[in-house]
Amino acid sequence: MIESKNINNCSVRQTIHIRISPSLGWHSLNLKEIWDYRELLGMLAWRDATVRYKQSVVGIGWAVLQPIMTMIIFTVIFGKFAKLPSDGVPYPIFTYCALLPWNYFARSLGDSSDSLVGSSHLITKVYFPRLILPISKVFAGLIDFAIAFVILLAMMILYGISPTKGLLLLPIFILMAMITALGVGIWLTALNVMYRDVKFVVPFLIQFWMYASPVAYSTSLVPEQWQWLYSLNPMVGVIVGFRWALLGKAAPDIFVLLVPVIVTILILISGLYFFKRMEKMFADII
Amino acid sequence: MSTVIHIEGLGKKYKLGQVHTHLLSEKIGNSLRSVSQKIKNPGSAAVRRSVKHGNEIWALRDVNLQINAGEVVGVIGRNGAGKSTLLKILSRITGPTTGWIDMEGRVGCLLEVGTGFHPELTGRENIFLNGAILGMTKAEIKRKFDDIVAFSEIEKFLDTPVKRYSSGMYVRLAFSVAAHLDPEILIVDEVLAVGDASFQKKCLGKMQEVSTGGRTVLFVSHNMTAVRELCERVVWLNDGKVARIGNTDKIVSEYLHENAGAVHEQVWTDKERMPGNEKVRMRMARLSPEPEDAPISVNTPLIVEFEYWNACPDTELNLTLYLNSLEGTCVFNSDSSPQIYPAGFIRETCRIPGNLLNDGTYRMTIMVVKDRSFDIYKHEDILVFDVQDVERECRWYGKWPGFVRPQLQWTSKYIETSKTV
Repeated sequence: MIESKNINNCSVRQTIHIRISPSLGWHSLNLKEIWDYRELLGMLAWRDATVRYKQSVVGIGWAVLQPIMTMIIFTVIFGKFAKLPSDGVPYPIFTYCALLPWNYFARSLGDSSDSLVGSSHLITKVYFPRLILPISKVFAGLIDFAIAFVILLAMMILYGISPTKGLLLLPIFILMAMITALGVGIWLTALNVMYRDVKFVVPFLIQFWMYASPVAYSTSLVPEQWQWLYSLNPMVGVIVGFRWALLGKAAPDIFVLLVPVIVTILILISGLYFFKRMEKMFADII
Repeated sequence: MSTVIHIEGLGKKYKLGQVHTHLLSEKIGNSLRSVSQKIKNPGSAAVRRSVKHGNEIWALRDVNLQINAGEVVGVIGRNGAGKSTLLKILSRITGPTTGWIDMEGRVGCLLEVGTGFHPELTGRENIFLNGAILGMTKAEIKRKFDDIVAFSEIEKFLDTPVKRYSSGMYVRLAFSVAAHLDPEILIVDEVLAVGDASFQKKCLGKMQEVSTGGRTVLFVSHNMTAVRELCERVVWLNDGKVARIGNTDKIVSEYLHENAGAVHEQVWTDKERMPGNEKVRMRMARLSPEPEDAPISVNTPLIVEFEYWNACPDTELNLTLYLNSLEGTCVFNSDSSPQIYPAGFIRETCRIPGNLLNDGTYRMTIMVVKDRSFDIYKHEDILVFDVQDVERECRWYGKWPGFVRPQLQWTSKYIETSKTV
């Protein structure tokens, strides 16, 4: 499908030409089209963020309660009972600092992998680039992230921890979490259209992934000879990066950062092509 | 005149049945099974392929069409003729299997009103959300916001979540957003059949406004009256192909006469193949208008004939006929008078008067009853037919409500002037 768009609202004849033809083989990703539909992307993300806590008593408070509850549980079980080391930082803030990107990632991944099937009523009724759906889920989660982040800042003041200059690099780590969630989410949501097994796999995947990431423990617990394998997990880089930027502990070495970036980008690009290849079939089989 | 929609050799193939298995585990299971089958029986692969081939259907086949700028074209045809598939390809919801389409201009598509409405959001929020989904920019929606609200007549409830709306309010708001979409090419699927009479009038007015404004409209409908009123040219789809294209009045009247695809007659000549059981078997069912060559419309009387074979001598039999709407609601049930028949063929005829049924699709189920109480054979959907609407005197084209549309006697007279009250 080739399309050139020239959106202007004058009543002058517009030069829009649309060609519809069978989809064969690989397509160009046509990312410009996503940009053309950025307003819809924004609307969908806004909708998800707004609707999430409607008609709940605590409302947006859930965005605060969820990570805090998890933090308390982790502190009691892993910090107090199991006495896991926390790199010299109080355990609550040590784990909260990881829960922040982790919760965001887990939710974005879960939501984006359900995004197509969950919007089948849209897919069968109206055209827009389908990629908008998983992307909007990744953006919608940022609101909760921002709220939970404010709590972290409050905790840092409470514990008297001042952030390092690495704080400036925080957006990069957030971006990494976004891209990882999106890349994996795109794969899963496209697969979910065809095979509804995916829906059952995702919760396991997220749970497994959490234990494979240093949310409750420190990377120093991972044996030296397995570190290379461990750092293939992009979320290791994200969490280590968060702890480094906010708590100033255990500066990540370049290998731990660079490898996940490459892994993440590979997942995203392959996911985009896979998604694009399947895109035209979605409405027929969803 | 310039061509804005150019369709060439368009086809869409669907695979039925084993299209895809919904569970990955099944898929793995299936491929293991087919591998083991191939090992056991090398010839089976070919067999399977032919089965697969039989499960393919062409929803559209070799459709060629050119639509000029500013034209309003109606698309008609029975359910399953390919209308919705054509719409879905034109609106880019699904891709074609063969052929191509060139379109010049922004395409707006209304396959359903209220697409993407979220029940938890307010009317105001939904206007923006729905507008964006239909392809309007935020600036455009802001500009048209007041018009949309005024058109929908829901000003008071703008900040109420739409889940608290009545269905009428919901539909009015949804249509209002859609009606303010103004692309160069508008594709509309029977959205007119919404709301109450006065709102429908407004919608139709809006449609006419769009078409006179030089935009190209593709209007898909079962409602021949609305098609006649709005469209200059009509495309008649049948079995995925363009059966006829041409002047609206000509094509619509041909369509009404031929009524492609309905089951007006079923005859079984081979006694072995006749549907039924050891007691009775159906030989024939036929529906015909009176007179024979009249189109089946709201005011046409219908003759229904059945012939069946009775195996048991000296049985008291009668027929009971169920007339169901397309959705399966029973419109009426009528019995023939029971008689004692010897073994052999029996013919029973029933006359359904004109001006009784409303327009729509009807399905008839017939039951053979023994001794006035035991149903010994039931044949569902033995006849299926459409009752067409007639030209109306009023300017309202929505679906006439109700299952029946009898002509009843009214007495109206002027009594006195209002001054005396």
